[in-house]
Amino acid sequence: MHELSIANHLVSLACQSVRQEDVTRVSAITIRVGALACVHPDSLKFCFDAVSEGTLLEGAELRIISVPVVVYCPTCQCEIELPEIQPLRCTVCQTPCGDVRHGNELELESIEVVDASD
Amino acid sequence: MIEPRILAVRTKILKKNDELARRMRAEFVASGVLVTNLVSSPGTGKTALLLETMKLLIDRGRRVAAIVGDLETDNDARRLAESGAPVRQIMTHGCCHLEADMVRDHLDGWDLGQLDYLFIENVGNLVCPTSWDLGESLRVALLSVTEGEDKPLKYPGLFNTSDVAVITKIDLSRACEFDRGLALKNIEAVRPGMVVLETSAKTGGGVTEWTDFLEQKKGP
Repeated sequence: MHELSIANHLVSLACQSVRQEDVTRVSAITIRVGALACVHPDSLKFCFDAVSEGTLLEGAELRIISVPVVVYCPTCQCEIELPEIQPLRCTVCQTPCGDVRHGNELELESIEVVDASD
Repeated sequence: MIEPRILAVRTKILKKNDELARRMRAEFVASGVLVTNLVSSPGTGKTALLLETMKLLIDRGRRVAAIVGDLETDNDARRLAESGAPVRQIMTHGCCHLEADMVRDHLDGWDLGQLDYLFIENVGNLVCPTSWDLGESLRVALLSVTEGEDKPLKYPGLFNTSDVAVITKIDLSRACEFDRGLALKNIEAVRPGMVVLETSAKTGGGVTEWTDFLEQKKGP
């Protein structure tokens, strides 16, 4: 259940990011999770709801964008998106590809805030 | 009705851990200590292999220390201390992985400049430690012959982010009908070109080669 630790880091990072803004609440946050990042979306959502209680993020919707694995194929000399997380092999020419360009993401993309009305 | 506003952030969620780990790595490298993070499932034999490795390095005149993580008990720290090296136990009390600040908090009072090798034995788990950089220069994924050849396919994240794979308990290969070729093929599928070493802490098989590999990584 490392999703709990990740949720803790996510909530503190998001709270820190909106601290300077004059907002009444956060309505949603969007994150990017790579296929190789070993994160279970439902567990993360569950933990996020628990951890965000009592913060500006309470009740915010957690939107998860799944990022597929993209490798660089030295033979084709281009990036190749893989349909599955393994094998790490070019789908065009079958060359083994150890150079993972995407798929390990664990990023806070954006925060949707509701501004305080004047 | 007030329209929501979008704030673009684009920041790594584990930024705080990553930044601390980066600072720690810079300090480790500047001090000349090779830091190795050992990750595997529980029961792969991390502690047994580490004990033999530490003994051998000490015989060669190297200065070693270890930090070991478990949910409870200091059993592993006591076992590793048999090597004569300084060892500290991190008890995570339920946390399934080590984080950079836990390691930092257990370095207190150690003079890194007086060490050649620092081993971090992670909590036995093939999933959760994957995302957490501990400031190591070498991440090792261990797999025992008793676990089955398909572990790398089941847990590609760990094997893909590791620098080297170590197969342990090779003395039990025949009893387990371990298919070595298949295991190597599976490792290759998730981490093409990965260096694989094969060891038995029980018989000592491969321990010299594994230790030589570490010495090569450490450099002069």
